[in-house]
Amino acid sequence: MKFIVSTILIILFSFLSCLYFPWWTVGIVAFLVSIIIQQGHLASFICGFISLFLLWGFLSFWISYQNGHILAHRVSLLLFKTDSPFLLIGVTALIGAMVAGFAALTGSFVRKEKTGTGF
Amino acid sequence: MKIVSLIVSGIITIILVLLFNTKMVLPVPLGKLLSPQKGLWQNAEPLNENYSAKLSFPQFQGKVKVYFDERLVPHVFADNNNDAYFVQGYLHAKFRLWQMEFQTRAAAGRLSEIIGPKALDYDRDKRRLGMVFAAENSLKAIENDPVTLAECDNYTAGVNAYIESLTESTLPVEYKLLGYQPEKWSNLKTALFLKYMALELAGYEDDFEKTNAKSVFSSADFDKIYPVVMDSLDPIVPKGTEFPPPAIRVKVPDSADSLYYDHKDSTTIDEQKPDPSNGSNNWAINGTKTKSGYPILCNDPHLGLNLPSIWYEMQISTPTYNVYGATFPGAPAVIIGFNDSCAFGFTNAQRDVRDYYEIKFKDKSRSEYWFDSSWVPTTFRIEDIKIKGQPDYLDTVVYTNIGPVMYDKKYNGGRNTNQKDYAVRWKAHDSSNELKMFTLLDKANNYNDYLKAIKYLQTPGQNCIFASKNGDIAIWDQGQFPAKWYRQGDFVMPGTDSSYLWQGMIPQNENPHLVNPERGFVSSANQIPADTSYPYYLGGNFIPYRAIEIDKRLATMNNITPEDMMKLQTSNYNIFGKWALPVLIRNMQVDKLSPQEKKYFDILKNWNFRNDKDSKGATLFVVTWDSLETVIWKDEFLKSGLELPWPSESTLLDDINKYPNFKFYDNINTANVETLPDDVTAAFKMAAAVIRKADENGKMDWANYKDTRVEHLARLDAFSRLHLPIGGGTNTINAAKAQHGPSWRMVVSLTPETEAYGVYPGGESGNPGSKYYDDFVDEWAAGKYFTLWMMKASEANDKRVKWTMTFN
Repeated sequence: MKFIVSTILIILFSFLSCLYFPWWTVGIVAFLVSIIIQQGHLASFICGFISLFLLWGFLSFWISYQNGHILAHRVSLLLFKTDSPFLLIGVTALIGAMVAGFAALTGSFVRKEKTGTGF
Repeated sequence: MKIVSLIVSGIITIILVLLFNTKMVLPVPLGKLLSPQKGLWQNAEPLNENYSAKLSFPQFQGKVKVYFDERLVPHVFADNNNDAYFVQGYLHAKFRLWQMEFQTRAAAGRLSEIIGPKALDYDRDKRRLGMVFAAENSLKAIENDPVTLAECDNYTAGVNAYIESLTESTLPVEYKLLGYQPEKWSNLKTALFLKYMALELAGYEDDFEKTNAKSVFSSADFDKIYPVVMDSLDPIVPKGTEFPPPAIRVKVPDSADSLYYDHKDSTTIDEQKPDPSNGSNNWAINGTKTKSGYPILCNDPHLGLNLPSIWYEMQISTPTYNVYGATFPGAPAVIIGFNDSCAFGFTNAQRDVRDYYEIKFKDKSRSEYWFDSSWVPTTFRIEDIKIKGQPDYLDTVVYTNIGPVMYDKKYNGGRNTNQKDYAVRWKAHDSSNELKMFTLLDKANNYNDYLKAIKYLQTPGQNCIFASKNGDIAIWDQGQFPAKWYRQGDFVMPGTDSSYLWQGMIPQNENPHLVNPERGFVSSANQIPADTSYPYYLGGNFIPYRAIEIDKRLATMNNITPEDMMKLQTSNYNIFGKWALPVLIRNMQVDKLSPQEKKYFDILKNWNFRNDKDSKGATLFVVTWDSLETVIWKDEFLKSGLELPWPSESTLLDDINKYPNFKFYDNINTANVETLPDDVTAAFKMAAAVIRKADENGKMDWANYKDTRVEHLARLDAFSRLHLPIGGGTNTINAAKAQHGPSWRMVVSLTPETEAYGVYPGGESGNPGSKYYDDFVDEWAAGKYFTLWMMKASEANDKRVKWTMTFN
C-alpha cells in the first residue's frame, strides 16, 4: 500500500514540479516522499525508479506517438547514431528513473538515520 | 554505517543530476534536453497541430487575418501595410526564428558565441570584411527612407512579439541543443541578413589566386587559361546589340604596365577557396509564343540547399497590393513572386565588385598610410569577438579610405602569408536600400513601376526579370557596377595611388537590358550580359552552358504552356557533355584500355547527354572530364607551389578546340612529350578506377554518385535530407549539385486569372519535429510542382483553408 501511495505521489508531484521548476526537481520530490512515507531501502529505490520511469516513459511516448515519432527518429539519430524512437523514449525514462530512484534511496536513509538515533 | 550509505547515495544522486544537467561529461545536458515537459520532446509537434490562434497587440492599427492552407502556406490579409509587415515578422519568427538568428549572427561574425573557438576564423573573416560596417551603412539608407523604415520597424516588432511569447518549452529545438537563447530582433539584423545574401551573391573574387597565376604564367598563357570572354558565348543581350557611347571614360593608370599588368608578385596563398557556384536561371516569354497568348515568367535561383530553407512561401494582401511568392526569413517583403499585374525574379549578375589594394603603412602603429604622395590617417575599429567558454578575442581592424584592411600580419584568412597589408573595396560597403526594390516590385503594376523599383538595387547585382499581364517582358542586368578598365581588379592593385581606385559607377541606364525583343523571350543563366562591344569591362565569372541551352530551346518552342516550362526547368540535358564528349571519343587510345575500361568506354560512347538520375554515362562523363582537367593542369599548377584559380571547364574545352599543340598537354614530370590523346587516355584510366569503386558500392548511377543533400544549417546530418534521387548537375538547366541547386522553382502564367506553380526543397516549418519541416523535398527532387494559390479575401471558407490566425 505504501509503495503504491508513494508511487502515485511521486508521479503526481514530479509532473507538477516539472511544469514550473527544472527537471531535476523530480529528485527532490522522490527524496521528500521517501522521507515522509517510510519504506525499506530497496523498496524506496524501486518506488522512485518506477515512478519516473512510468511518468517520463509515458509522457515521451505519448508526445512522440502524436508526433508520428518524427522528432524522435531525428534526435535518436543525432544523439545515439541509431534511428530508434523507442531508444530515445527508453533513455528519457531511464534518466528520470535513475535520478528519482537514487533520490528516493537517499531519502530512505535519512529517515532510518533519524529513527536510529532515537529522535 | 548508515550515515555512510546516506552520503554515498546522496552523492550518487547529485552526480546523476550534474551528469544529466551539464555538459561536463556528456556532450549535451541529456536530462535537461529529454525532460518531457520542457526539453526537446516539447518540439515534437502533434501531426494534427492546430495553428489557429487569436492574438492581440497594442500597436495594431487594423485587423489582420492569416489563412493557412494545407501546405501551411500563410495567406495574410491586412487592413494596412504596416500591420502586414508586423505579421510577416511574426510568422517568420514563429516558423523560422532559429535560422533567422543564426544567419544574422553568421553575417555579423558572431558564431563563436554559439559554437566556440572553432568558428573564430570564420568570425574574423566577416569582421575584417566589414560585414557589420556594411550593414550599418545600409541601415542609414533605410532610416533615411520613412516608408522603408516603417516597414522594417513593424517587421522587427513582429519578430520581437513572437520572441517575447517564447517559453523554455517552446524554444526552437536548435537553441536547446546548442544551449543558447535568442536575442531581440532589430533593423540592423535585417540589414545584416541582406549583407549575408550580398556576400553569398556578390562576395566572390579570386584576386590573390589570379595575382599568383600572373606571376607564374606568361601573359599569353594566362589569357588562354583565364580568358575574359569565352568562345562559347550567348550573352543576355544578344550579340550585335548596339550600345550608346559610355558616359564614363575610364582611364588606365599610367603606371599600369609596370605596377599592374606585368608586375610579378605572388601572395603565396595556402588555401583553395570554394567554387563560385551561385548560379540561377530565369526567363520570360511573351504572348506570341505561349498557348494562352499571355506571358509566362520562370525563375529558379540556385543557392546552397539547406534546411530550414532560405525561402518561406507566403501571400500578403493589403488594400494597396496583393503579392505571392518566396520571402526571406529575416527581411520584410516578397522577394521572388507575382502580384495581380506582373511577375518578377532574379539571377545573379556574377560581376566582380570586390577588389583588393596593397596598403603601405608608415610604421607599425598603422595610424597612417601612403596615398597620393602624402601620409593619410587611418581609423581603427576594435572587434570584440565573444567566444563560448573562452575569454573574448579582440581584433583591431584598420580602416582606410579604400576600405577595411582585411588581411595583414595578424590575419591571412588562409590566403596570403607574405605579411603584407591588403585593404578590400567591396561594393556592398556602400549605403544602399535594396529592400525598397522588393517592396516596390511587390506593388508594381507595369514596366515603368518595375524600372523605378530596380533602380534601388545596387548590390548584389542581379538579372532582374519581369513580365506583366499587359504583355511586356524585360530583363535588366541591374546593380551599381564600377566602371572598370581592362582587367581592373582581377589582380591585387596598388593602394598608394588614386588612379587605381574605381573611377565611377556605370550609369544605371547603361546597364545591359532587353525589353520586348522581337524573338519573344528574355532570359539569363549567369552568362556574360553582353558581348565585347559593351563599352565597359565586364570581368567576373560567367557560366555559359545553361544559358545556351535555354535560349536554344526557347527559340524553337511555340504554343508554350506552364507544363512545358516545368519540363524545361527540370531538364537534365547536358549541352556541355554534347560538345565535350566527341573530344573524349576522338582522342581515346582504345587499344591501351583493359577489357573493363573498354566496357566503361562503351557506356560513355553511348551516353545520351542526359544527366538523368539512373544514367551511368553521365557519371562516366563527369568523372572523366574532371580527370582530364587534373591531367592537363595539375602538373604545372603543383610546380608553381602557389594556389591558383582552377580554369573553368568551358575554358579547357575552348583551348582543346583551338590549340592542337597546347603546351599544357605535356606532363612536365615525364621525359616524353604527351599529346592530347595521351592525356585523354590517362584521364579515362584514372576515371575508370574511381568508377570501378563506385560501381562496386552500387554508386555508379548518376544520382547515387552525385549524392544530392539538403543540409541542416548547423550541419546536423540527422536534421538533413540525404541521398536524394535527383538528376541534373553543373551544366544542366536542372542545376541540382551535391549541396547546391534550384532553391525555389517558379512558373507564373500571367493569364487574366494568374496560374502559378512553385516548389522549394524544404517545408514551411523550420522545426525538425514538424511534419511541415521537409514535406516539399520529395516533390522537389521528383521535379513536381505545387499550384500556388493566390487566395481572394472572399475565399475564407474555401476547403483549402485549414487554420486561421487573427491579429488585432
